[in-house]
Amino acid sequence: MSISELTTAELQSGLQAGTFSAVELTQSYLDAISRREESVGAFLTVCGESALSQAAAVDARRQSGEQLGTLAGIPVALKDNICTAGTKTTCASRMLENFVPPYDAHIVTRLKAADAVLVGKTNLDEYAMGSSTENSALGKTRNPWDLQRTPGGSSGGSAASVAARLTPLSVGSDTGGSIRQPASFCGVVGMKPTYGRVSRYGLVAFASSLDQIGPFATDVTGAASLLEVLAGHDERDSTSVNRPVPEYSRSVEQPLEGLRVGVVQEHFAEGIDEEVASSIRAAIEVYRSLGAEIVDVALPHSKYGVAVYYLIASSEASSNLARYDGVHYGHRASEFENMVDMYAASRAEGFGDEVKRRIMLGVYALSEGYSDQYYLKALKVRRLIRNDFDAAFKNVDVIAGPTCPTPAFKIGELVDDPLQMYLADVYTISANLAGIPGISVPAGFSPAGLPIGLQLLAAPFEEEKLLRAARMFERETDFHTKVPQF
Amino acid sequence: MDYTTIIGLEVHVQLLTKSKIFCGCANLFNPDNPNVQTCPVCLGLPGSLPVMNRKAFQLSVKTGLALNCDIASFTKWDRKQYYYPDLPKAYQISQFDLPFSADGWVDIEVPSTGETRRVRLIRAHLEEDAGKNIHDESGRGADSRVDLNRTGTPLLEIVTQPDIRSAEEARIFLEDLRLMLRYLAVSDCEMQEGSLRCDANVNLHVEENGETIPTPIVEIKNLNSFRGVEAAIEHELKKQVKAWQTDPRRMGEVPKTTVGWDANRNATFEQRGKEEAADYRYFPDPDLCPVTITQEEVDEIRSTICELPGVRRTRYVSELGLTPYDAGVIVDQGAEFASYFDEVCVTCGDGKQAANWVTQDVQRELNERKLEIGEFPVSAPVLGAVLKKVVDGELTIKSGREVFATLLSDAGDGTRISAERIDAIIADKGLGKEQDTGKIDAVIQAVLDRNAAVAEDVRNGRMQAVGPLIGQVMRELKGADAKDVRQMILDKLQG
Repeated sequence: MSISELTTAELQSGLQAGTFSAVELTQSYLDAISRREESVGAFLTVCGESALSQAAAVDARRQSGEQLGTLAGIPVALKDNICTAGTKTTCASRMLENFVPPYDAHIVTRLKAADAVLVGKTNLDEYAMGSSTENSALGKTRNPWDLQRTPGGSSGGSAASVAARLTPLSVGSDTGGSIRQPASFCGVVGMKPTYGRVSRYGLVAFASSLDQIGPFATDVTGAASLLEVLAGHDERDSTSVNRPVPEYSRSVEQPLEGLRVGVVQEHFAEGIDEEVASSIRAAIEVYRSLGAEIVDVALPHSKYGVAVYYLIASSEASSNLARYDGVHYGHRASEFENMVDMYAASRAEGFGDEVKRRIMLGVYALSEGYSDQYYLKALKVRRLIRNDFDAAFKNVDVIAGPTCPTPAFKIGELVDDPLQMYLADVYTISANLAGIPGISVPAGFSPAGLPIGLQLLAAPFEEEKLLRAARMFERETDFHTKVPQF
Repeated sequence: MDYTTIIGLEVHVQLLTKSKIFCGCANLFNPDNPNVQTCPVCLGLPGSLPVMNRKAFQLSVKTGLALNCDIASFTKWDRKQYYYPDLPKAYQISQFDLPFSADGWVDIEVPSTGETRRVRLIRAHLEEDAGKNIHDESGRGADSRVDLNRTGTPLLEIVTQPDIRSAEEARIFLEDLRLMLRYLAVSDCEMQEGSLRCDANVNLHVEENGETIPTPIVEIKNLNSFRGVEAAIEHELKKQVKAWQTDPRRMGEVPKTTVGWDANRNATFEQRGKEEAADYRYFPDPDLCPVTITQEEVDEIRSTICELPGVRRTRYVSELGLTPYDAGVIVDQGAEFASYFDEVCVTCGDGKQAANWVTQDVQRELNERKLEIGEFPVSAPVLGAVLKKVVDGELTIKSGREVFATLLSDAGDGTRISAERIDAIIADKGLGKEQDTGKIDAVIQAVLDRNAAVAEDVRNGRMQAVGPLIGQVMRELKGADAKDVRQMILDKLQG
């Protein structure tokens, strides 16, 4: 077995034991990238040299007996909508194709402080808008389990990087399922924390009230270790919550006593693939066999989730993306008549179709005379969706269900059917609207050999419980140990 | 033609905080070094997020309270969206439907009518200022430049009801507002630097055939001097009266127009209407939390408000017996000057005496030396101590002035001087008031003996001859009171 197929915990103990150095470890991942990246296309930028020099610094410090951070020497990839000082942060958009931020996102500062090795920036749907990474203007990412299929999205590059073992860990962002859905498609663990758990400072905003940064890993313990570094209060993000961060990686191995698992019957109604439904039913049986109580819960307003999401997310996006006007930075059209024309031409050239579609939807929803019936109404339904979860979590610890209705779809299959594409997020969206944490763990394979993900949701700030519950399932199964061969 | 002038003002005030409203950049007027007071947040770089400056909010609440506004216990931030190169996020963080304060008022005194006008305030809300576009004015069409130093300066917008009835009232309202804001130390209100800016909405209510007809509203933008406010409104009113007489239009028949004011040509000019079709698509800013404020917090801020100009003026007249003119002169000099006066007044125990000295002697010296009251070498307790001696009859006014002048020349290098110096100066110069009537009497007798002819004139009723006699006595007795000496001479000659 090569180094790059080890779990994060195994890598950490190997480094500590001196079985291999951080440079050797990083080199082995960089080798994997040079062998497989051409087929996968997970990265927009690979920072090989700086990764090796960070690794060398870690080795030197370990040699001199210094205390090192919890992710010392562990390679991590970052979704390319997270700002890195001196390294391009493109959002997979023509608009920011050459944008180099002058500052690090909060989580980049934290990763550096934890001595992680930053390997590069991964592909995404432009500005994180999409469910297949096909909306990237700068590259195509393929699903390592079937190169004809999408890795999901929008954090498709981060998911594919971990699935193809190009990095053991990666960071994504989740606005409506953009971590959990690609995790499910790529057969890895992906987690969206509670809104406010991780600072958004330096995450290029798509929908500010929904965006949340989270970890990808090959297993639950790896995700716990990474979340431990990402999470925590940041004064620069007013929506970041000031409460202590538990040591997720320590508690994750402890099973939960008297676990109550909620199941939503509507999740198994129309639209779901039978192969997905049967894997998830089997997963619930695993919990039952571990002594958990299985409880039916109702989320009556979740059916409005997709509609509410596309109003709120697009409204906020229309505002957040207004700053890309060609005046101060980013793409500026070379030919224009006057100022207004410069705005129009720069934006027309700089943004792709999906981004324009959502901006137009958002502008419309916020327009005078329409905002009452669209935006404000959506906010009210959002509250009802949260209320459903609050009621449900009085009776259960976690809610279990499918992450997505289907396994990974083919590249090009849904590009002309945006509505069908939006429905890929039907199970994940509610967690963003309610601000609660969710995780996707590998829970099976379709007959065609495509991964299927189990989604677990928990009450706000119950990440610890969520990780422990996910680990209970993972320990009983071996889906996460499978590595795609290509 | 019978008509009423209707004016409403929108006033923008930059707050005196150390840092900007949503980031840590310095809040300083710095037009000569563009784009140096900037960071990812005020540049609106991707991924940056705003964090509210608590001090800016506190100063706003303080101002709202001084303006007699209700303070909302819950307020939020909204995005006002429009494209302009000086607005890097393409939205301004402002307050839309739930401003932090509303329903206030300001009373102004109008000298030309002798009346008090109450100007009601619709609201005051807090927002971020935009940057500045600098256009090529040479006509050669060079690129415009953008300076973002000002971006994110905390800006208070105060909106009045259309309660103002003349251009003069508009100017007085603004002058009073500026004085109040300076007393509160919330803004320096430098109109030239743009820290106080004003837009005026102007129209007429024409009385015709028993009907009141409102004419279309014209908004005059970016007035940047008090004279400009008065002149621009005056000009616009004349235009509207003429317009009504030649081509009468009612409000609503034509769209609201926006004009600018050209102070050099003394004329308004029409601006392209970016306002009319504007839909700002306001919505709550998801990057910022709503702000809640308790009654205790409001009370705490209220306790930091000093005595305001209006109250002070009234107190000076009714309690200290000052003339309204003197009271006005003192109050208009600002809070620090008025406090100096207050301290002098308390120390010497005589408001009128204090007012005379402060408005004449002190102000003259300040003007000559180009000093602020805070830099004045004779502190309030020292001047108060000098005046106390005058009030108590230990020093004549003339001698008091000499002590004051000596104190000032002692302090030549600007160092402050203490009250101990006063007695030394009096002793050195023999300025102490001569109380020994026997001694005075002897000197008077000697002078009369030397000037028998003059004395005789006085005895015969030629009163103007008494002056030289007093002069001679005073030369020998520095501390004597001239009035007393005159009386004693007359008693001797006529008694």
